[in-house]
Amino acid sequence: MTAKALRNPVDFSQFPDRAGHFGRYGGRFVAETLMEALHELDDAWRAYRNDPEFLAELDADLARYVGRPTPLYHAERWSRRLGGAQIHLKREDLNHTGAHKINNTVGQALLAKRMGKTRLIAETGAGQHGVASATVAARLGMECVVYMGSEDIQRQALNVYRMRLLGATVQPVTSGSRTLKDALNEALRDWVTNVDNTFYMIGTVAGPHPYPVMVREFQAVIGREAREQMLSDYGCLPNALVACVGGGSNAIGLFHPFLNDGEVAIYGVEAAGSGIETGRHAATLCAGRPGVLHGNRTYLLNDENGQIIETHSVSAGLDYPGVGPEHAWLKDIGRARYVAVTDDEALRGFHDLTRIEGIIPALESSHALAYVTQLAPTMRPDQHIVVNLSGRGDKDIYTVAKLEGIQL
Amino acid sequence: MNRIARRFADLRRAGRKALIPYITAGDPRPALTVPMLRALVRAGADILELGVPFSDPMADGPVIQKACERALAQGMSLRRVLEQVREFRQADAETPVVLMGYLNPIESMGYDAFVADARAAGVDGVLTVDLPPEEAAELAEPLKAAGIAPIFLLAPTSSAERIRHTAELAQGYLYYVSLKGVTGSAALNVAEVADKLAGIRALTDLPLGVGFGIKDPPTAAAVAQVADAVVVGSALVARMGELADDPERMLREVGQMIGAMREAMDRPGPTEG
Repeated sequence: MTAKALRNPVDFSQFPDRAGHFGRYGGRFVAETLMEALHELDDAWRAYRNDPEFLAELDADLARYVGRPTPLYHAERWSRRLGGAQIHLKREDLNHTGAHKINNTVGQALLAKRMGKTRLIAETGAGQHGVASATVAARLGMECVVYMGSEDIQRQALNVYRMRLLGATVQPVTSGSRTLKDALNEALRDWVTNVDNTFYMIGTVAGPHPYPVMVREFQAVIGREAREQMLSDYGCLPNALVACVGGGSNAIGLFHPFLNDGEVAIYGVEAAGSGIETGRHAATLCAGRPGVLHGNRTYLLNDENGQIIETHSVSAGLDYPGVGPEHAWLKDIGRARYVAVTDDEALRGFHDLTRIEGIIPALESSHALAYVTQLAPTMRPDQHIVVNLSGRGDKDIYTVAKLEGIQL
Repeated sequence: MNRIARRFADLRRAGRKALIPYITAGDPRPALTVPMLRALVRAGADILELGVPFSDPMADGPVIQKACERALAQGMSLRRVLEQVREFRQADAETPVVLMGYLNPIESMGYDAFVADARAAGVDGVLTVDLPPEEAAELAEPLKAAGIAPIFLLAPTSSAERIRHTAELAQGYLYYVSLKGVTGSAALNVAEVADKLAGIRALTDLPLGVGFGIKDPPTAAAVAQVADAVVVGSALVARMGELADDPERMLREVGQMIGAMREAMDRPGPTEG
């Protein structure tokens, strides 16, 4: 056995198991009314995931519609400022619609088409996945209904209008906390009722199997490209990866192709909101405990009676009380480290990148950037960090301006 | 013999079908739950399904979602539901009580602690909506060991293989969800239900309950012709919500709703459908 294999005895490509388990996490925890729909989806997914024709169509869409591959950009000025490792930004912000979300919706839409479904539904929090869903629905001429918490509709007027321009129906959700988790509940209720013609596009690596693995595979293009780009541009793998984690799809997309490279350190950055000690945060892995919600067993933010609690983050895309089950497993086995940064730290990361590199990042991605400002100075200048710049910040400028007391 | 099995055996001997009302524990007010359960028994309920409120009731329609929200806002929890069952049991040793809810509150309490407390409180069955048989062994085994029936859902889409597998794990009865959708959805089609139940009967001897979409006495009577048990939930919970400010009227009218269904189900001869 090689030294590398000894350090890294788990073959990460073998997970999840056939029923969607990552260790004790994942699985399928849904009402019987959804089981056959999940089997049908799983059958279709397994039939096409290695189908050359399907993959060729996916690659062509990713190249010509999404704009892949995205660059791996060396943030030289920022690296010098921080005085440590070289920082490379994986530019998912340059994708069509401005974030990594489209990688997944393009893939799921191709699958929906092959399954003969004519109606797409989705849940959304910040609106990025909703926009990415409405976009592919417009392109395929399919009906699209996006469930969105009424609170989030207030906070994200720009994306709501984008979805409507694209022809989608934005359905306000007024139950529970009126945010992303409730939108997910409502989308599941729609799916169970309209399962014959409807395809449910989940936007993150959570939900019942096969969603966590399917979304991961569609997002893993991020990490595959980054790995090749590091090897061809620098002749080495990065020493560390950093990505923000809400549900965790951009993070798993970057991390997964590196999991078997035991020498690459992996950091997921959660939203500490006003500070974990205040209780107003969305740091599920850092401060939660295992439970079952939305079809999978994973870490959750819930009270002592198992009721899900409301989360807080300046970034609507991280404002979720669960997290993808693969992250829960990577945390427990120690393959990835999960940390959290506050709203204020994320805002500093937002401004730093904007002023130093001329790139306005999404507030979600700014959490990853904020952690890089802590990590890079602890490393040597001949070491490399790849950070996922998962989205652009145009959607967030109203939020940032408001926080700074500026009327736009 | 578990109270549920005994109840079905008694009903079979009497040539009657089981009527199973569902209410959400703690809704509209925690103090009314036990009086409501007693009123339901007096009105002719054979088995009681008591909903454990959850913050994210994914398989429920708006009526039961709102009931969960009202109950949680008044401090309901799984532990308090178990206290209510214990209180109900003090004066009723016969009527089976089934808890219906979602897995996370049980996970949070811990399976062993939950099973022990449920047994001590006098719970007879547990239906965990988001726990399909594939993931259920870890909870179903200790429940069975404690004499509590693990109850599972079947759907119009369930394959023969799944029905067989579910029936192997289940005790008490199987709960057939009569339509695609969430609780409280549109009315069901009795002929379709009859067809599907015949298929299920070929695969199991467990009693078959039917729920989702039963709102009135004629539907209850029609379903009773083909099923072993009729479950009615959202229609009761909606009326309870409307009458929240007049508890006496609530207990009386909701009792009358069950009484009317009981009467329609027990009336001899075939009904419509």
